[in-house]
Amino acid sequence: MARLPQTDPGITPEPVRAGIDVIVNNETYRHTGDPALPLLWYLRDVLRLTGSKYGCDDVSCGACSVLLDGKLARACELQMQNLSGRKITTVEGLAHPDGSLHPLQQAWLDEDAILCGYCQPGMLIAAADLLARKPDPDDADIDGIKNLCRCGSYPRVRRAIVRAASAIKGARK
Amino acid sequence: MSNAHDAARRRFLKVLGTASGALIVGMQLPALADTPDALLGDMLLRLNPYVRIQPDGTIVIGARDPEVGQGIRTAEARIIAEELDADWPRVIVLPMSLGVEDDGAGEPHWTLGHQEARGSTGVPAAWSDLRAVGATARALLLSAAAQTWNVGQRGLRTQSGKVIAPDGRTLDYGALAAAASVLPPPAAPPALKAPDAYRLIGQDAGDVDARDIVTGRQQFAIDQWFGGALVAVIARCPYPGGSLRKLDDTQARALKGVAKILVMPKPDLSLPLGSRPLAAGVAVLAEDTWTALRARDLLNIEWQPGAHAARDDDALATQADALFDAAPTTPVRGDGDYDHARRLAHRAAEARYQIATVAHAELEPPNCLVRLGDDSAEIVAPMQNPRGALEVVQRLTGLAPAQIEISLPRSGGGFGRRIDNDHIAEAVLLAKAAKKPIKLSWTQSDAFAHDPYRPFALIDLAAGLDRKNKITAWRQRVASTSRLAKRGEPQNRLWLSELHPDDPPAGLIDNLQLDWYALDSALPRGNWRAGSHGINAFAVQVFLDEIVHATKQDGLQMRLNLLGAPRQLPYRGHGGPVLDTGRLAYVLQLAADAVGWSKKRNDGHGLGLAFHFTYGGYVAHALEVSMDGAKLLMHKAVVAADLGRVVNPLGARAALVGATLDGLSTALDLAITVKDGRIAQKGFKDYPLAMMAQLPRDVQVILVPSQELPTGAYEMGLPSAAPALANAIFAATTVRVRQLPILPELMRLL
Repeated sequence: MARLPQTDPGITPEPVRAGIDVIVNNETYRHTGDPALPLLWYLRDVLRLTGSKYGCDDVSCGACSVLLDGKLARACELQMQNLSGRKITTVEGLAHPDGSLHPLQQAWLDEDAILCGYCQPGMLIAAADLLARKPDPDDADIDGIKNLCRCGSYPRVRRAIVRAASAIKGARK
Repeated sequence: MSNAHDAARRRFLKVLGTASGALIVGMQLPALADTPDALLGDMLLRLNPYVRIQPDGTIVIGARDPEVGQGIRTAEARIIAEELDADWPRVIVLPMSLGVEDDGAGEPHWTLGHQEARGSTGVPAAWSDLRAVGATARALLLSAAAQTWNVGQRGLRTQSGKVIAPDGRTLDYGALAAAASVLPPPAAPPALKAPDAYRLIGQDAGDVDARDIVTGRQQFAIDQWFGGALVAVIARCPYPGGSLRKLDDTQARALKGVAKILVMPKPDLSLPLGSRPLAAGVAVLAEDTWTALRARDLLNIEWQPGAHAARDDDALATQADALFDAAPTTPVRGDGDYDHARRLAHRAAEARYQIATVAHAELEPPNCLVRLGDDSAEIVAPMQNPRGALEVVQRLTGLAPAQIEISLPRSGGGFGRRIDNDHIAEAVLLAKAAKKPIKLSWTQSDAFAHDPYRPFALIDLAAGLDRKNKITAWRQRVASTSRLAKRGEPQNRLWLSELHPDDPPAGLIDNLQLDWYALDSALPRGNWRAGSHGINAFAVQVFLDEIVHATKQDGLQMRLNLLGAPRQLPYRGHGGPVLDTGRLAYVLQLAADAVGWSKKRNDGHGLGLAFHFTYGGYVAHALEVSMDGAKLLMHKAVVAADLGRVVNPLGARAALVGATLDGLSTALDLAITVKDGRIAQKGFKDYPLAMMAQLPRDVQVILVPSQELPTGAYEMGLPSAAPALANAIFAATTVRVRQLPILPELMRLL
């Protein structure tokens, strides 16, 4: 194949488009579309980060849970126009960049907290939020997780959270 | 049974016979779909449609059944890996597409055997034919090793992905794959392992997709796209059987990103439910989901209600009450003489149980990705019944079976909803009309408003007892809308989905009468986890409890007396051919022991028991509850199950716990209601699936060790959960709830 010149002097580069800069899993993206676009559809339809799931229309299921500046939020009720400069972590961003799993993800595997698996990304995010607030959660704290699972994974999710909490504590010692 | 088994083996060997080339029909792994055959031959060697071995010893096992959370991909891969003697850490499990070729007459010929998620049949089917798959692949590897070493096969053995010679030499499967893949298949199916040699079956295995799920990489159907696909959302007529009266789509059309607005006419009611759209509608096709949803909100639509308006539960209850005064639609079973025995009885009992309509409420709503070409169709959708889907696509496109590619991604729940293929029909109709790939998306509100529900039912039970409190007469009358209605079944078969003629106490009571009454509901009715086992087990097990208390008997002893000496009773229908009363009594005893049934209590806690036989599985539940003011507390939940041999105990336990919690969650507070001719519920706020805090923190599972044939596990844990809860509530409160859902009625009665 013939080598192409690196830049074509006949083409003027497109001016930088105005938009909303958001940081998703430590990468900065510029959203140039509808400012009212819910974050969920930005993640799923634009970035194709499909780990955050769609599951309801009344902010009741938690399948789209993300961390917004480290705190639990539902991507379906966040609009892009309110997210400029904000840091979003989705389930895809939970693992360490080197590929090693977050202690919660490892605990989920160890407890086989799966069933159909559709709600689990949201559960993991809710659990990450819980452990950030309560490093040593008791049953009542875990009961505060409002994410829905019809398959009935709750007892294993509960055990996985306790397991991850103790793994994180152990690693800190 | 043995005929089916033989047929399965013949089918398998036939497919294998075509295997000497590079590619085998039916094994289409999405990850490798674009890889040229020649290259594939270098990289992966296929021993049969289900097993490929890489030169480095990695073994790829194809899982054929749709995964909806029942753990089938893991279970069937373990069955194959066991007979193959594979090294499990080096096994990769990938989903297979629907295996179909043309039979020469335009009809589909299924190449991979069982491919559905229905009635917990995946594991029993895999047990009957997939063990031979693993064993055949292993036999080919043994032959290849014998050739390589130039020794006889007799002394060779296999272990964890290696062939081992008597002198200790070993060859990895990866090193033998090339030679094995060109060998002719064995003339006769190789012998299967003796159970005492199992290393994988009966041992715990985590879900094979777990890592992808926790990292967000698992691609459910809803997560997939085709290039150039338009997102479609449909405004559906909220009135059953209704149609479009007036449409103004000016505003919707004006929205940037909207490609097309298409009217979907009233579905052809001559086609069976489940193979056509559920409702008339107006579809919006747009470049992305958000635009499609906004445009749908901008549609100005007037709907024309159907001739047959949906009625609320009160109207249906009145209809059912009236039905019970007349002759049954179908007398299902009559043993002895019920009326006579009832007249002679020393004591009588009678009660009616009302079951609310429920929806499927799976977290991943229906969706379908479709791409049509001149001579091809590709479908990606959550599915439990892909063969049904193929028929739908064939009918709508005129394509031949082999031109249709149906992928089976993991589904976000199933619960019977995806046995129906109305979402496939909608998407294909839209793709045809738009001449573009379509990504059809339902919202969760759509799914509540349009569902093949498990509808309202009224169950009337009556019994007569002799002086020793033995039940001598039993009448069970069920008024319900048949799941088989509007599905091309003749009238005289509609009862089949509503009452199981050999469910206990049938066969245990001399004078017994089972009747079914057809209840007319405008709502579409479909499959719902465990079918009518759920509603009948609730009525029967609560009624038995009422008899226990009316006669001041011990609840466990009375039920054990009813089941009687261990013996086999004939059982027609799914789960038969026999029901072993001893196995049922045993799980009941185990559950009762685990909950501490015999211990006297004075803490205000109540215990409840229930048992049921579902699709071959013997299950009992025991619950311990109390009331804290108006709050119901569940302190302990036990499920004891005899499911025959269990392939993956970790998965079976998940299924039993899951079904128990699903049963409890549904029984607590879930109901679909009709208001002004349409469904009132729009989301989980109106249809409150139980959250973590509302359910028992743990469910104790007792799995009975068994050498019997495996039954599967997914549905068995549901039916007896709700009645055990109702019975425990009675024990704690003396309030008898005869309705599902329980909580609203309990609050009314307290």
